[in-house]
Amino acid sequence: MHIVVCIKQVPDSAQIRVHPVTNTIMRQGVPTIINPYDLFALEEALQVRDRYGGEVTVLTMGPPMAEQALRKALTHGADRAVLLTDRHFAGSDTLATSYALSQAVAKIGESYGAPDIVFTGKQTIDGDTAQVGPGIAKRLNLQQLTYVTKIVSIDPTSREIMVERHTESGTQMLKSTLPCLITVLEGVNAIRRGSLDDAFRAARRPVLKWGAADTGIGELTKCGLRGSPTVVKRVFAPGPRAEKAMQMDIIDKTLAEVAADTVAAIFARQPVLERKLTSHDNR
Amino acid sequence: MVARKNDTPANAVGRASSGKKLLKCFEDHRHVWVFMELEGGNVHPVSIELLGEGRRLADKLGVQLAGVILGSSDGVGTKPAIEEAFAYGADVAYLVESPLLANYRNEPFTKALTDLVTTHKPEILLLGATTLGRDLAGAVATTLQTGLTADCTELDVDGDGSLAATRPTFGGSLLCTIYTLNSRPQMATVRPRVMATPQRADKPIGRIIQHELAMVEEAIVTKVLAFLCNDGSEQSNLANSDIVVGGGLGLGAAGNLQYLRNLATTIGGGVGCSRPLVQKGWMPADRQIGQSGHTIRPKLYIAAGISGAVQHRVGVEGADLIVAINLDPNAPIFDFAHIGVVACALEFLPALTEAFAKRMPPHNSIKGMDRGRLDDQE
Repeated sequence: MHIVVCIKQVPDSAQIRVHPVTNTIMRQGVPTIINPYDLFALEEALQVRDRYGGEVTVLTMGPPMAEQALRKALTHGADRAVLLTDRHFAGSDTLATSYALSQAVAKIGESYGAPDIVFTGKQTIDGDTAQVGPGIAKRLNLQQLTYVTKIVSIDPTSREIMVERHTESGTQMLKSTLPCLITVLEGVNAIRRGSLDDAFRAARRPVLKWGAADTGIGELTKCGLRGSPTVVKRVFAPGPRAEKAMQMDIIDKTLAEVAADTVAAIFARQPVLERKLTSHDNR
Repeated sequence: MVARKNDTPANAVGRASSGKKLLKCFEDHRHVWVFMELEGGNVHPVSIELLGEGRRLADKLGVQLAGVILGSSDGVGTKPAIEEAFAYGADVAYLVESPLLANYRNEPFTKALTDLVTTHKPEILLLGATTLGRDLAGAVATTLQTGLTADCTELDVDGDGSLAATRPTFGGSLLCTIYTLNSRPQMATVRPRVMATPQRADKPIGRIIQHELAMVEEAIVTKVLAFLCNDGSEQSNLANSDIVVGGGLGLGAAGNLQYLRNLATTIGGGVGCSRPLVQKGWMPADRQIGQSGHTIRPKLYIAAGISGAVQHRVGVEGADLIVAINLDPNAPIFDFAHIGVVACALEFLPALTEAFAKRMPPHNSIKGMDRGRLDDQE
């Protein structure tokens, strides 16, 4: 069984700090990590490999420094790593990203055997769109199984797969066939640390670096800015509300007095709440 | 219908493809569509919210609003959804009925929606950012090779009739406005409760345009074997609470969350938090309020020790009354709160809890608190 996992290197948002004086975001020195949702996808891929045999190839698109993310994935136990990096890919929106990644998955298939399953995380923590997974599935004509919480079984002979899929109102039990694309929900497994063997192996493994030409992408107009139908027209900080906040007077007052004033101000603006909270029979 | 020209030069925005050069084949795309999500036969509230937003956009463009209903005629059927679409402002209902659409599956839904779009050419297509909506929108946008903007917090049409879709960016520190200039339809998803619920109309009438699904069950690879409904008690009530108390890093330590819970218990509210608390493991992910957590629209939101990044702001902006407690008078939360208290949240929360308790009948709150109902609230 050949499994491809698409991962993304993202800034560690937990490490992003707000400047205490200017209240601006401090991005300098923010470390990068593998998108946390993708780690669940990687672990799920490794578990499928452990159960059914085969190989796991990790794939990412990004700047040359994204190699670090692939190295990390190798130490977790992936067998092969491909970095898709080319200036032609710069500025890609989700449609252009899914094009480049799908072409790379196809190329990986030509070189190392057609993938049976492509895994991705449910979304990234920087873009938060959840659109690239479905995009890859549609472009490669793979069965699209999103928000998967459990791979129940795979029958390599009949090439049938059963999964559980999360929805807001319940759990769908789906039967589908390979090849398919699965996006994995968070928290469905515990990510392994990777063995010492994996670490040694990872250190020796090369990370394959493919540009657009190596990937066999002829249609450069589908890549990067040119291939992106969406355009970011304006980036801005939200302005304050027209009406300024009513600041509670705290000078020469005890906390209890300020609190009483605050409750009075809340009830003055929300009489419905006052009735609800102060009546005897309405809790 | 108002005729619009597409040859207006777009503003320079510093991107290679930013000029609007709409291809001839897209020029006759008109109307605003809202995908009507069905959940156990009921229309998902997000679809109603989108109809309100869609109506506003359609009026601005001088075009019709349509609801798209994909479902099966068996069981509860699609009739209630058609009625809801008209009641909340749709002029037209596009209907595809087939037993193949009884349960959500990507293949037949993508086929039905893309076929409708190809035939009737909408200019704007809106979907709820639910698991279903996101699964479907991603597949449809890729099939149609058009732009899709996820989790928008604001939608508008600009001077030349383009959809301006605004969403948070840079991990929630800023907002960005995204356009789909050269392809149609312009697609966007919006989370539940981000947009307000519109008024229900008195005279719901409209045109129904029905289509066949050109597909047979044998051609659909993925099958739904079973569906297990969630136990109602598992659902977090945060999104529907009238009162929500939220905590941020200003609370200092996980142990201090008790002050938050005490207040919430006293006034009968839900407890939520900003993203860093989830990342630190102080609270479970289903308590997170903000762009990547719950969007709330309570009557009262009390934010304690939350600085108010855009990420959080977009999740609470719909609250009727926002009370912010923060030691830092320059915290961005005071830019969108209605009542601000510059104080240490740890010291102020007990005082506020006490002040509420004093105004409330004795049997209500404090006794309940003593009985240790704190954890029941979660």
